[in-house]
Amino acid sequence: MSSFRQFLQRLNPLAESLLAGVIGLAIGAAIMLGFGYNPVVAYASLFSGSFGSVYSWAESLANATPLILTALTFAIAMRGGLFNIGAEGQLYIGALAAVTVSLIHLPPPLHIIVALAAAMIAGMLWSLPVALLKTTRGVHEVISTIMFNWIAHFFAFYLIANVLTDPKRGEKTISIAETSRLGRIMPDASLNYGLVVALVAVVVVLFLLWRTTAGFELRATGYNPESANYAGISWRKQVLRAFLIGGAVAGLAGAVQVMGRPPTYAVLSGMPQLLNLGFDGIGVAMIGRNHPVGIVFAAIFFGGLMVGGRIMQFSPGVPLELVRVVEGVIILALAVPELKRMFSFLRTKIKGRG
Amino acid sequence: MELAHVWGILFISLHAMVPITLAAIGETIEESAGLFNIGLEGILLLSALTGALGAEASGSATIGLLAGMGTGALIGLLFGVINTYLKGSQLITGVGINLFAFGFVALLLILLGAPGFHSVPRDAQIQLIPLGVGSLSPLVFVTVILAIAVWWLLNRSQLGLKIKAVGENPAAADVAGIRVNALRVGTAIAAGVLAGLAGAYLSVDWFGAVTKEITAGRGFIALATVVFSGLNPLLALLGGFIFGFFDGFATWIATYPGIKKIIPWQFVAMAPYVVTLLVVAGAIGRVRFPKGLGVPYLRE
Repeated sequence: MSSFRQFLQRLNPLAESLLAGVIGLAIGAAIMLGFGYNPVVAYASLFSGSFGSVYSWAESLANATPLILTALTFAIAMRGGLFNIGAEGQLYIGALAAVTVSLIHLPPPLHIIVALAAAMIAGMLWSLPVALLKTTRGVHEVISTIMFNWIAHFFAFYLIANVLTDPKRGEKTISIAETSRLGRIMPDASLNYGLVVALVAVVVVLFLLWRTTAGFELRATGYNPESANYAGISWRKQVLRAFLIGGAVAGLAGAVQVMGRPPTYAVLSGMPQLLNLGFDGIGVAMIGRNHPVGIVFAAIFFGGLMVGGRIMQFSPGVPLELVRVVEGVIILALAVPELKRMFSFLRTKIKGRG
Repeated sequence: MELAHVWGILFISLHAMVPITLAAIGETIEESAGLFNIGLEGILLLSALTGALGAEASGSATIGLLAGMGTGALIGLLFGVINTYLKGSQLITGVGINLFAFGFVALLLILLGAPGFHSVPRDAQIQLIPLGVGSLSPLVFVTVILAIAVWWLLNRSQLGLKIKAVGENPAAADVAGIRVNALRVGTAIAAGVLAGLAGAYLSVDWFGAVTKEITAGRGFIALATVVFSGLNPLLALLGGFIFGFFDGFATWIATYPGIKKIIPWQFVAMAPYVVTLLVVAGAIGRVRFPKGLGVPYLRE
């Protein structure tokens, strides 16, 4: 009996996420009604567009791939009690590092490994000053990561327009070399082996956080920094750890997005295929309750919303941006711990009447 | 450099100072009471939109500014209630506000028919005050007055003492008969109103249009300004001017042909963010924040 209760307790976060999801979709529906759209038609189109066929599943998984990685970045920091919203900038830098590796010639498997490693190192290097500013100067990571995101944004613009530019087409970077591309899993779909890279990262982070001393120290610091410090765990070390691992994973997100996504295999000017992946990752991590396994499911849900959102844009004509409004509401709902209690209060009340 | 250029840069800096300082002094009020709202960026963005729509619909810039302030008040109320009575997480609420705002503003700009851009009619914009060497927005003067007023409120008034007590030691303030949560919600609303004014200023006054990237990180620069100022509204005025200078300088230099050839515009555009980092890194250490900052108050 008690183990069953424990099982139910472990399902609690899942129930919270589902409840928040329902609230988000309901408010999205209210907005659609306000602008004269039929929310039932819109959501039907959205969900058949995202999970209605094998092809749409493949597209949803392809969209989930970078989100899994940027969400891991946020979750690792959150487990250590830190608020890293810098995945956005780190992923631009990672993507461009992967493109840079295509300037050299290497045999196929090695080229891919070198490109992924370069992206991880670039993401770590971009993340390092944030950690150092925090440990040496006490600068809050919310401020420094946002500033570094903007610096990365303009730095990436510079690299795309002046350094890594395709000599034949000025509006994009050179394409990733054939030897450094992550192949498609399904013909004609965007789904590629980047998903495998993301899932490997999930397993590694899962192992790192729950099966190693380093992970234990990080989580202990996040849970209660004072007691962790008392137990001899260095806070500075945990900050560095969280930001460096997070930066590497975010760099990977940029790399798989450019090495795996057909058809261009290049960063376009304005970075349409990279923009907002870091910020959406925050939402995915929150919905996945900052747990690697939860994140996989949340990323598939959110990747699906993005694919279905594009379909919804055509048939009932609701703009894709509605999806981000829904995401914002879901996070606001998740910020309220009382919500669950209000919900169970309501449930007991209804039961009492029955 | 000619004198006209100096005046030009000064005026651009003052105009760029307004939104940063307004948002920063609002945030100063709520941080003094213990609330840390990283959703400033979202409030600026939403109120830039509602401000523009209000001004356009009424034909009056003042109504536009009021619409922005009303939007800010509503979001401030939401943020305040979630993080007091509902014991929510302040950082997560802030992220939620920002994501909601990004999505909602982009969505509305599309539904209004002009993707990514909506201009405010010229006669519904704030009229600038001609000063001989150039024209200045009246909001520049309003910002200076508000900064002084907020300084007085926090440091010289009874209410300010209560606000600080709630931020420093909510349990003691509670025992002294101060309604901690109600006061915190009040400061969140006040902060929302000021951020809302800042957002409406962007669209109704400074740029004369609303785009989905209109805020460009100014909400976060305002957060940095609060750190720089050490919760002193008068220093927030100075901080806003410094950041405004680099912001304005970037805009100005981007149109100046001689320099454009030497330094790529992308590096000039980075300047406000690099300066923000440097200034904040230099400022911290001497700054002390309220003990109750970021923690919901639970009566035992």
